[in-house]
Amino acid sequence: MMSEIIKVEHLKKYFPVQKSFLEQLFTRKMSHVKAVDDITFSIKKGEIFTLAGESGCGKTTTGRLVVRLLKPTSGEICFNGADITKLKGEKLRLLRRKMQIIFQDPYASLNPRMSLGDAVGHPLEIHGLAKGEEKKKIVLDVFDKVGLTPPEQFINLYPHQLSGGQRQRAALARSIILKPELIVADEPVSMIDVSLRTTIIDLMLNFRKELRLTYLFITHDLAVAKYMSDRIAIMYLGKIIEMGSKQRLFLNPMHPYTQALLSAIPVPNPERERKVIELMGEVPSAINVPSGCRFHPRCPYKKDECTEKEPQLIEVEKEHFVACRLY
Amino acid sequence: MPLLEIDSLTVDYRTSRGTIHAVEDVSFSLKKGETLGLAGESGSGKSTLGLSIIRLVPYPGFIAKGRIKIGGKDILKLPEHEMRSIRGRKIAYIFQDPMTSLNPVKRIGEHFVELIRTHEPNTSKEEAFERAKDMLNNLGILPERINDYPHQFSGGMRQRIMIGLAIALNPDLVIADEPTTALDVIVQAKILDLLESLRKIYGMALILISHDLSIILERCDKIIVMYAGHMVEYASNTELHRTPKHPYTQGLLQSIPNIELADQKLSAIPGSPPNMLNPPKGCRFWPRCSYTKKICQVKEPPLIDVGHNHFVRCFLYSEEGVHDE
Repeated sequence: MMSEIIKVEHLKKYFPVQKSFLEQLFTRKMSHVKAVDDITFSIKKGEIFTLAGESGCGKTTTGRLVVRLLKPTSGEICFNGADITKLKGEKLRLLRRKMQIIFQDPYASLNPRMSLGDAVGHPLEIHGLAKGEEKKKIVLDVFDKVGLTPPEQFINLYPHQLSGGQRQRAALARSIILKPELIVADEPVSMIDVSLRTTIIDLMLNFRKELRLTYLFITHDLAVAKYMSDRIAIMYLGKIIEMGSKQRLFLNPMHPYTQALLSAIPVPNPERERKVIELMGEVPSAINVPSGCRFHPRCPYKKDECTEKEPQLIEVEKEHFVACRLY
Repeated sequence: MPLLEIDSLTVDYRTSRGTIHAVEDVSFSLKKGETLGLAGESGSGKSTLGLSIIRLVPYPGFIAKGRIKIGGKDILKLPEHEMRSIRGRKIAYIFQDPMTSLNPVKRIGEHFVELIRTHEPNTSKEEAFERAKDMLNNLGILPERINDYPHQFSGGMRQRIMIGLAIALNPDLVIADEPTTALDVIVQAKILDLLESLRKIYGMALILISHDLSIILERCDKIIVMYAGHMVEYASNTELHRTPKHPYTQGLLQSIPNIELADQKLSAIPGSPPNMLNPPKGCRFWPRCSYTKKICQVKEPPLIDVGHNHFVRCFLYSEEGVHDE
């Protein structure tokens, strides 16, 4: 049995909403954006676990919480069995060696004034692992691994001299240089052209085996999610509404939202008949979350009870969880 | 007579480091009511091609060669004031970002009234207002919201309003440049459905520009695949899906994940697109192509007719190429 590398329980992140001076005078109550609202999941060692959903569903916030770039409002995050929710200072820094993050925008995530070699080697210095010639050797080796070849040439280049795909390779190099156990990849390929995307995906898949990595993959693109992941969790307005192995989830989507989401994905086949499930309205604001099931204002199967009681995630078949009263 | 005829169009950008042929030698025509997809990656020239049809290529770009005819009339010879009466009335353009294309300090209704009255000065304000309300209704937006400002609408609704503005004057051709790229999939499907149904009602032709070949295959009758400024393939959507001819198109189709397939194996196109300041000699795709021959590296392949109204710019399908080793 595989052990759990990440375990998240009842995780919440509320961001306070800034009020105007007058509002502050007259109301006591703070309002919050409930970006992540009580989610529980775990990731097994060596697995690719995907958080998918539309913009504003809380997937990126969850990723940042897991690597502790954000402080949770409440809940617990365990890494290899140890609670890391409240780690600070030196201990947190040591933890970061084991978990790394890749951001969506390779144009913003590399310092334009640092050469690629410096940027990618920087983590080694921060963590006091290597300097000088030794550092250079490790950097060259990592560049070779991510396909920035010849590495001797690439380490002296600056980000503006690279294409988007090459930058994302450099970001990937930086994330693996400390030999982490977990990588949170936040939309790593969504800003990259299709013809270059596959190489990045394949690199990530190879590293999983070669470097025994575990990924928390965050994406809005379910087609990419299906290609890459082992298990997928679908988020809606800060909640996980369905979670399961990729096979079960795509073969038998159960939540009405998942069904609509899957039906809306374009398929590169003009001869297939399109059957899009229509949803009413649009995603409501995360400040005033609907009562009961937060999907009920848009749900075609809405019943009275949905407006009152919030459905919990229940296991409806092996390894397949849904939060909906239909099941 | 076709609605739009483009004949060996070349659009250049003159930069301090040299001239870029962003679009080179592109020819095609579009009939009334047809839908055409322009597919390609960033830098392939698809947006430049779209903008050149309404003569709005941004500085330092300019149309260097070729002809663009709308209803038989060469628009490249028109003076600017006549061109203005074509934009909006005959050809409408929908941009990618609905937030920056709407004026934030103007109510939605005013956008419509201004547009209608600029092109039809005899229409009264009240009349234009009524037409705007009808249009909102068609778009699935409550007509009461006509006095709201752009920021009061969601991204999907703003894009609907953009579509409404584009078709308000009943143009013959709508060019939609990545109209749904900033939107989520559910909203995207709704917007594209709306565009399709309105297009049918009003009998317009549509040019859909997108980096997403899946969308184009789903929504367009005819498809042009662009690579590094060249039109590398032209075919109907079913032809392109069944028998893609150009190695680039084949590679592209093999790198798109399809949620309907189990255990799909994606394969990547090696290398990356060329630097347009210094494109490779001969075929622009040869450094990434697995079928490269000698001739590909020295001579630019012509557009070859392979039958069934299917054209491809590749030596694999020409006499010259077959005999080359």
